[in-house]
Amino acid sequence: MSFLDDFMVRAALAGLGLVLATAPLGCFVVWRRMAYFGDATAHAAVLGVALSLGFSISLFLGTLVTALAMGVLVSSLSGRTFAMDTALGVLAHAALAAGLVGVALIDGIRVDVMAYLFGDILSVSRLDVGLIWLGAAVVAALLIWRWQALLTVTLSPDLAHAAGLDPRREQMILTLALALAVAVAIKVVGALLIGALLIIPAAAARSFSGTPERMALAAGVIGSVSVLAGLAASYHWDTPAGPSIVCAATALFILALLGRGVRI
Amino acid sequence: MSLVSLNNIAASYGKKPVLQGVNLDVRRGEILTIVGPNGSGKSTLLRLVIGAFAPSKGELTRAPDLRIGYVPQKLQADPSLPITVRRFLNLPRRVGPAATKAALVEAGVANLADTQISNLSGGQFQRVLLARALINRPNLLVLDEATQGLDQPGSAAFYRKIQEVRDNLGCAILMVSHELHVVMAASDRVICLNGHICCEGAPEQVASAPEYRALFGSGTGGALALYRHDHNHSHEDCDHDHDHPHSHKAAE
Repeated sequence: MSFLDDFMVRAALAGLGLVLATAPLGCFVVWRRMAYFGDATAHAAVLGVALSLGFSISLFLGTLVTALAMGVLVSSLSGRTFAMDTALGVLAHAALAAGLVGVALIDGIRVDVMAYLFGDILSVSRLDVGLIWLGAAVVAALLIWRWQALLTVTLSPDLAHAAGLDPRREQMILTLALALAVAVAIKVVGALLIGALLIIPAAAARSFSGTPERMALAAGVIGSVSVLAGLAASYHWDTPAGPSIVCAATALFILALLGRGVRI
Repeated sequence: MSLVSLNNIAASYGKKPVLQGVNLDVRRGEILTIVGPNGSGKSTLLRLVIGAFAPSKGELTRAPDLRIGYVPQKLQADPSLPITVRRFLNLPRRVGPAATKAALVEAGVANLADTQISNLSGGQFQRVLLARALINRPNLLVLDEATQGLDQPGSAAFYRKIQEVRDNLGCAILMVSHELHVVMAASDRVICLNGHICCEGAPEQVASAPEYRALFGSGTGGALALYRHDHNHSHEDCDHDHDHPHSHKAAE
């Protein structure tokens, strides 16, 4: 009997693990105006769910590969014939729709699609918790390793070039990190709410942060509080856990807006 | 030995040729300015020199001790990214407080270290970008239309600062500008570019070259006259007096 036997403890650990990845990653999503990019990657993960079930491969691997493929596809498509948001709009919705159709077509398996759209953090297993923490640790390590380079590229691709950095390479690292975060998050908050967990804590952190590092740390604190508050709310009022977490984050965002002007 | 040497360089974006047959040496300590109409390949030439773009033909050699400081054309400071000037100067390499302070002093903006870059005025931002370029003690400072968006006194002050930096640090300066009169006053050598090098030489030589006049018309002749007045130089070719009446109009 360990404390991991309690489903609320596992849910809290899964949520906190996810925040470890989404807090710094979400900052880059906000700074680089990649919000829609994050959504597209997450929607593609639903197609990944369908493929995993259809070909009987691991769910984590399926969502990771499709999210990564989507990221690479969007990066290479944008700026040619279509504007970035058009390319994303086509690909994201196509992947989401194809995923839903695919899941419905698979015979013999009863699948609760809602679980992948909105997540089911209350049903995460010990293995899931381990996978989430592993994935999140890899994302956090990637971002810490490339932190200075990523910031430079975000501020100015020209300056990055002059310093010998390759902006395309750094973009690929972000795409990879995003795909990893989506793959571990789909079970926790679901494909539709991953974007919220990336963006809302970072946006809330912006109003009282003076440096990029403080903003990432503040996003982590806000994300963690959101996870715990959302789970508590879900427990007390029997509301769906994923959406409750996002509502808690939104409440903190509003508080941060009201308290704007205070810098840490 | 030159800092950077371009030998018969050609460059293209896809199939569209931008530069061809470019031969150019950037010498130590000189202020070299590139002028040319839009689309003439000025920015591409700078991108070749800083290594952000590979030539499709020709040979580009850099001195082994070359250290480039780069001041970009413009930088979109997204207000969603909080960053102080001090932090900005420590990207992508952390250089420490002493070097940060020294570069800010050199660029004349020591008081801005703790300001958010999104709160800087255009002129302050250019000084900060200059400070950032100076931080690794470059022997070549590359400026791409660094005064875009500044008013005339602002850009004149900026170019005076550039000259001062060259005099203090002894670094060579390679820059592109639209503001012919201001830039020419500050340059040792001017290159007129339009897909290839049309003409080059001392500012007054280039300004009177037929290739230059074909590209820019005679209006800029007045701007150069302004330069001559300002600096009170003596010139061998003093038979240009007839230029002066328009020149004052053109300069305004």
